[in-house]
Amino acid sequence: MSTGSVRLTRRRLLQASALGAAAAAGTVAAPNLLRAQGAVKLGVLHPVSGALSYSGQQGRLGATLAIDEINAAGGIKALGGAKFEPVLGDAQSTPEGGNAEVEKMNAAGVAAVVGGYGSSICLAASQTAARYDLPYLVDVGVADNIVTRGLKNTFRFGPGFGVIAKTALDNLVTINDQAGKPAKTVMIVHEDSLFGSGLAKLLNAQLPERGFQVLETISHPTPTRDFNNVALKIRAQNPDLVIPANYYNEYVLLARTMQQQRVHPKGIYSVLGGAASSYKFVKEFPEAAQYIMDCNHWFDPRNPKAVALRKKVEDSGQFYTYEVFMNYSCVLLLADALERAGSADRGKIIAALESSTFAGHVMPYGVTKFVNGQNEGAAPVNTQVLDNDIQVIFPKTFANAKAVFPVPRA
Amino acid sequence: MLSPVILVTAALNGLLTGAVYALVALGLTLIYGVLHIINFAHGALLTAAMFAAFFAHRLLGIDPYVAAIVLTPLFFALGYALQRLIIGPAAHGDDRNILLVTLGLAVVIENALLFAFRGDTRTLNLAYAFDVVDLGFAFLPLPRVVAFAVVLAVALVLWLVLSLTDTGKAIRAVAKEKLGAELAGIDVAHIYAVTFGLGTACLAVAACVLLPTYYVNPHVGNAFVLVAFTVVVLGGMGSIPGALAGGLFIGVVESFCGLYLGESLGQIGIFLMFILVLLVRPNGLFGARA
Repeated sequence: MSTGSVRLTRRRLLQASALGAAAAAGTVAAPNLLRAQGAVKLGVLHPVSGALSYSGQQGRLGATLAIDEINAAGGIKALGGAKFEPVLGDAQSTPEGGNAEVEKMNAAGVAAVVGGYGSSICLAASQTAARYDLPYLVDVGVADNIVTRGLKNTFRFGPGFGVIAKTALDNLVTINDQAGKPAKTVMIVHEDSLFGSGLAKLLNAQLPERGFQVLETISHPTPTRDFNNVALKIRAQNPDLVIPANYYNEYVLLARTMQQQRVHPKGIYSVLGGAASSYKFVKEFPEAAQYIMDCNHWFDPRNPKAVALRKKVEDSGQFYTYEVFMNYSCVLLLADALERAGSADRGKIIAALESSTFAGHVMPYGVTKFVNGQNEGAAPVNTQVLDNDIQVIFPKTFANAKAVFPVPRA
Repeated sequence: MLSPVILVTAALNGLLTGAVYALVALGLTLIYGVLHIINFAHGALLTAAMFAAFFAHRLLGIDPYVAAIVLTPLFFALGYALQRLIIGPAAHGDDRNILLVTLGLAVVIENALLFAFRGDTRTLNLAYAFDVVDLGFAFLPLPRVVAFAVVLAVALVLWLVLSLTDTGKAIRAVAKEKLGAELAGIDVAHIYAVTFGLGTACLAVAACVLLPTYYVNPHVGNAFVLVAFTVVVLGGMGSIPGALAGGLFIGVVESFCGLYLGESLGQIGIFLMFILVLLVRPNGLFGARA
């Protein structure tokens, strides 16, 4: 009791003297001083639990790395060095979970929300954010209708489905032509939510136009823990190419089950494959991952900032997955918008994003230019797992390896 | 359209999956046969067993198959205690109360697990998880073949216990005629608890053989229990051979539905079967007339 009363008196004393507070109490007083200057609350929304938890946690890692860097470098200068204060949210891998978190973030007074990861989460969460004119920056969610609903608050830094699929198909034709057209038939294995189903529909429409025959399209739920029947069907149809469109766990399981069941198509080519461009997959299951090609989000290997970030992430024992550098870039983009807006006002942030020409990110995108919320500069690249590493094989300007196709038979 | 090799392999895959359904159903049907209650906590207890096996590996490095040796008696004791200390006393002799008590237990266990471990889906990464048994025309995943063998062994042991031991005879006596058994000097409360313990022990075995190829999250048990209910209804309430045959059959149904209708619709066949059995043969394949 006696110590309590002493502390009470001391606290009163400190309150009376700001100088005393800064000098004597140091760490205790510091957060209060910052808050007085006004921190900028930033909603960081990811599915960190549930079926998408790995991707969600990676996304959160990228966003918080950028926030820490910005804060360490003096915060938002246009706002008197205001620091970012992340309001972390868990979408629990469902749209409802995303909505609930956006409601909470709005109540907490965030200036903007970044993240979402899954398309269905992004669609729901950005719609909820729109009700409060809350700027929403989509990190990954690729469904085209995320930016075609006319929502003023919603921006997507990365490329959408249409652009990715077109690039992927163009590059597939090129790779196949260069190898002497060994691939004619295709099987698609997709997860049954918006991302996988949408992609499967698009591939079914576009592949025949480019001379490929789609033998069968198989859908499966997330999570799925058994791909034996799927592998059986693939073996029965014996397609030249297998195109998986699913999230990390299922992608790994499918690739491993195919390896286990000795199903060896001429190539596995994925569009936004959940694991195909993941160092985690390559490190843990190098045999299953070998030669898998992917058209996906990737960092600019020539950008020293991207390489430095990779080192930082890997030194901390984490994997440098696309969720990390996408979210990292998104937070930098948002910080740039805040600098130019000169205010944490939501309307001003939206206006600043609309006129953004940000180029300080780590992606192979060039200058940012939002048209109806979509960054027109965004583009995917093609990667292939070669010798336990992930190499860029397309476009030529970024490529550091040549495509190996068809897969050499051991 | 599909070649016979594919169909045979799919049937084998189905049998392997079905064995685990059968094991979960065994526990359920045993408890129903003796206590005449539907144990709604069955799924939650399975989830708890899977978490126990998961953390035995994650924290102590114990292989799930080894963990089964420890977890099975542990879950027998847990089941015994649950029936003796909670379900039995709370029922006050009324079967309807038991139903509600087990439902309440399920809610408590599930939410305790959700609180402790969050909604994350976790998987073990075992070296042998993707090993196969090569049949020449098909590759069967090794852990699921092991699971199949274990389930058959457990069913055999259970059958031997019930038919040969004194406790087994007492269990059967209580199941047939509770009052008569009581008059013959059988401690019914003890037999009830033993039966509940055996049913729960089945779950511990199921959890340990599932884990090498399956995932665990706080709701994982529900998927199995819904299927197990179907198996119990199909095989006949309280019938052990019924549960085994029903489980294997349901596994094959699911496998073929997955093959023909797509993985997303794989389980539809199971529940169509459930409705069909209720309509056509409500006592099940091996069930006695009510």
